[in-house]
Amino acid sequence: MKSYDVIIVGGGPAGLAAAIAAKKEGIDSILIIERDNQLGGILNQCIHNGFGLHTFKEELTGPEYASRFIDQAAELNIEYKLHTMVCDISKEKVVTAMNREEGIVMYQAKAVVLAMGCRERPRGALNIPGYRPAGIYSAGTAQRLVNMEGFMPGKKVVILGSGDIGLIMARRMTFEGADVQVVAEVMPYSGGLKRNIVQCLDDYDIPLKLSHTVIDIEGKDRLTGVTIAEVGPDRKPIPGTEVHYDCDTLLLSVGLIPENELSKQAEVEMNPVTNGPLVDESLETNIDGVFACGNVLHVHDLVDYVSEEAGLAGKNAARYIKERYGKEEDKSGKVIDIKAVDGARYTVPTTIHLDNMDDMLTVRFRVGNVFKNSYISVYFNDERVQHRKKQVMAPGEMEQIILKKKALTEFEGLETITVKIEEE
Amino acid sequence: MEKRELTCIGCPLGCQITVTMDNGEITDVAGYTCPRGEKYAREEVTNPTRVVTSIVRVNGGNLAAVSVKTENVIPKDKIFDILAEIKPVVVKAPVKIGDVIVENVADTGVNVIATKNIEAV
Amino acid sequence: MYDIIVIGAGVTGTCIARELSKYQVKMCVIDKADDVASGTSKANSGIVHAGYDCKPGTLMAKLNVRGNELLYQLAEELDFPIKKNGSLIVCTVESERGKLDQLLAQADANGVPDARIVEREELLSMEPNLTPNAVAALYVPTGGIICPFNLAIAMGENAAVNGCEFKFETEVQDIVKKDGYYEVVTDKGTFEAKGVVNAAGVYADKMHNMVSENKMTIVARKGEYLLMDKELGDYFSATIFPLPGPMGKGVLTAPTIHGNMFVGPSATDIEDKEGVNTTQDIINDLVSKASASHLTKDRLPMGKVITSFAGLRAHEANHEFIVEEVADAPGFFDAAGIESPGLTSSPAIAEMLVGIIQEKYHFPVNENFVAKRKGIVHMEDLTLEEKNALIKEKPEYGSIVCRCEMVTEGEIMDAINRPIGAKSLDGIKRRTRQGMGRCQAGFCTPRTMEILSRELGIPMTEITKKGEGSNMLVGKIKED
Repeated sequence: MKSYDVIIVGGGPAGLAAAIAAKKEGIDSILIIERDNQLGGILNQCIHNGFGLHTFKEELTGPEYASRFIDQAAELNIEYKLHTMVCDISKEKVVTAMNREEGIVMYQAKAVVLAMGCRERPRGALNIPGYRPAGIYSAGTAQRLVNMEGFMPGKKVVILGSGDIGLIMARRMTFEGADVQVVAEVMPYSGGLKRNIVQCLDDYDIPLKLSHTVIDIEGKDRLTGVTIAEVGPDRKPIPGTEVHYDCDTLLLSVGLIPENELSKQAEVEMNPVTNGPLVDESLETNIDGVFACGNVLHVHDLVDYVSEEAGLAGKNAARYIKERYGKEEDKSGKVIDIKAVDGARYTVPTTIHLDNMDDMLTVRFRVGNVFKNSYISVYFNDERVQHRKKQVMAPGEMEQIILKKKALTEFEGLETITVKIEEE
Repeated sequence: MEKRELTCIGCPLGCQITVTMDNGEITDVAGYTCPRGEKYAREEVTNPTRVVTSIVRVNGGNLAAVSVKTENVIPKDKIFDILAEIKPVVVKAPVKIGDVIVENVADTGVNVIATKNIEAV
Repeated sequence: MYDIIVIGAGVTGTCIARELSKYQVKMCVIDKADDVASGTSKANSGIVHAGYDCKPGTLMAKLNVRGNELLYQLAEELDFPIKKNGSLIVCTVESERGKLDQLLAQADANGVPDARIVEREELLSMEPNLTPNAVAALYVPTGGIICPFNLAIAMGENAAVNGCEFKFETEVQDIVKKDGYYEVVTDKGTFEAKGVVNAAGVYADKMHNMVSENKMTIVARKGEYLLMDKELGDYFSATIFPLPGPMGKGVLTAPTIHGNMFVGPSATDIEDKEGVNTTQDIINDLVSKASASHLTKDRLPMGKVITSFAGLRAHEANHEFIVEEVADAPGFFDAAGIESPGLTSSPAIAEMLVGIIQEKYHFPVNENFVAKRKGIVHMEDLTLEEKNALIKEKPEYGSIVCRCEMVTEGEIMDAINRPIGAKSLDGIKRRTRQGMGRCQAGFCTPRTMEILSRELGIPMTEITKKGEGSNMLVGKIKED
């Protein structure tokens, strides 16, 4: 069986950044396995700008952002396989992949980085009643058809869900001559960025109806219309508020789900809140030498943070190979749990092995509601050690806290770090 | 006197900012929380600009379309002129990131450039 | 002039066509949809019923038990998936235990083999996820699960290989009784046949009433379902039924042949025979029934619902199959009122009806009849060596299109290029399971459309979801 030091599953922004970081840490034997016919992942279809402000201090489009990493990987001679599907990862880190040329191939890896990304939540998960005609697309599928294949999925469009892809597609479809009639969002707030609401909807007078959802889908062959109704605080439709829209296309932008089928095969433990793996400070899962980063770990708001996180995963995978691979697992070190409560929905990571922690650790999380003039608080055991006011926090955007190793080491008897949102 | 209502795009707060204008002169800006909001509002009412991103058809490439953008910001009211100008354009593969697709689009002084590499097939 | 025209390419029509193709019959199956199994056969529970719940002495009871036996045999001959997972009819209230005894007596009267009552302890060891409140159950080991598409596809393909023609997207508008033959008038022309078989599902009444004075009424009885993620596929191993009620067998919780789990069906009589829309009230009702099911140990996680769907049963007032030559229309044969257990009974219905047809026409035996058919090779079912050999022979089998169900380009090409192959996205989905997984075709739709376009030699803009009028795209970009 052929072997590699690091196998990276997925050649999108996370996989590329992880590979580059591992290479820069001195690991030469790296393989990226990508299922599509090019590197770059979903960025290839995200032709709008706004990527890279944090990483490159300039505004790039998705393909441009991807190409910066693809070029870097090429310069570093990082090996990759396209059109190759990973079918299985065992907990012994045997990666089974398949492609047209080689058939089914197995590789032994010392470390595996999971970077499979996420997928869109389909209609079924929403249980929208009605018929099942042609013309209902997830926003990302429509994005691919328009931006890469050059086809128009429809001309008269209703969008359900105000996630960023839905907002971006409202503008894209408008630019391509379609009539985007309305964006309905079941929550009382949008899951998308403010900038996208203004520049993709307001600029083109596309109404955003908060607390509204689609309650009926009409058309036996091709979609002919939908009915939208207001929902109450229980998210149930309010009778009498129904409005009918004639349309030939319904785009769904109702959330993203990390794609963890392979992780589960490798017996990686999952966080039921993120639907991604539970990881420690090194972004390592419960399986020794298996790391996770990017949208497969938790859905990110900005690709810049994906790259940053993935770089860390790649670096830690390299470090694992150099320092810990093949050695008996040292369980004597101190382990600290991180908990998210009161408005904080989850944290990544959820545990810290103090011995492996860098001087500083970024803990990312999301809030479960819109909070105004509230505080992000961090408790060491029962003692509040950080208390930072934010004018606004929204579920659509990631938040972060920074932990310093020195503070953790010096705090006697530290067992649990708690992140919560407080009003005072 | 004219009042313009804006939503600030600086952060999730999305402040509703009201700009009062008199004969094209800003007389009052209200509703913002931070200086970024005021700056955004002043620019947005006097000279709103955007980067336009779209696609242009490609012949003989590995994809049917190449993504493009205006190299710089352009006046917001030119968006549809620009889209109309690039609509009939068909380029031949290969295309490289940064290739100029349309020069001085809609007389804005800004070029439309490719944002994706397209291989010839 | 055809010898026989079969109207309807559902499980009944295709089973009849296949059975008839054992004889030298010039025949044709006509359907208004673009594929087999697009009406009543499309969306149902996919259960191979054992036959315990039919009224003894009825045609339904007889054909159900015979159909059950035939299906397991045919599955080997025609290579379609079937699983004898057994059925459990669970009683959760001690005072209703008597109903189980009645059902057992009925099972015995109908000739259902090996049915027996299992007591709580054995029951819970068989199904650990069953509610601890379970008192006892009727266990019917011959109950099974099947995919109705695959049955109709297998039957249809085999009939086609044996000389049967298929005309899809052809809607019957009138049937005219002539001297010794019939004119079948469709939107694609008029066809003549000596005999006509009416296997038109919810439209069987319409067809029948065109030629007979003894009017028939078929009511569309809608059933809605929730399909759950494969993670719950092994929650139950048997099909779990509550004790039956007046509208049918009640809401079941069952594994599917493809490894998902479903909850359903509801039962609502509706006017519109195309009314396969799901409705908010029923979905809510199913969700609450399933999540607080009195049959499951835990509340079912409703976040694992991947889709909901609805199907129509062709309900006839007497709740009995009508399999006969119509008295005032010689040469016109009904296979009508085929509702549950119609799927299970379909091969037996075909056997019986072809018997009746043969008594009349005595078609000579088809010496060239090919009984066996090989199904689409699914990469997932192969060993490593077999997979590699196949990829070497045809590299498209190494290229995954649908990530959730691991369907390859090779399988999709096979689905398109077989006899009566797939012509639309739904046709591919049914034959290969492409797009049926967790992401519900989000990733693979564009790629599958490209393969369809290439293999059928039609432009992308002509690709449909399910035939005429259901085009996926409205045009190319930058066109007006």
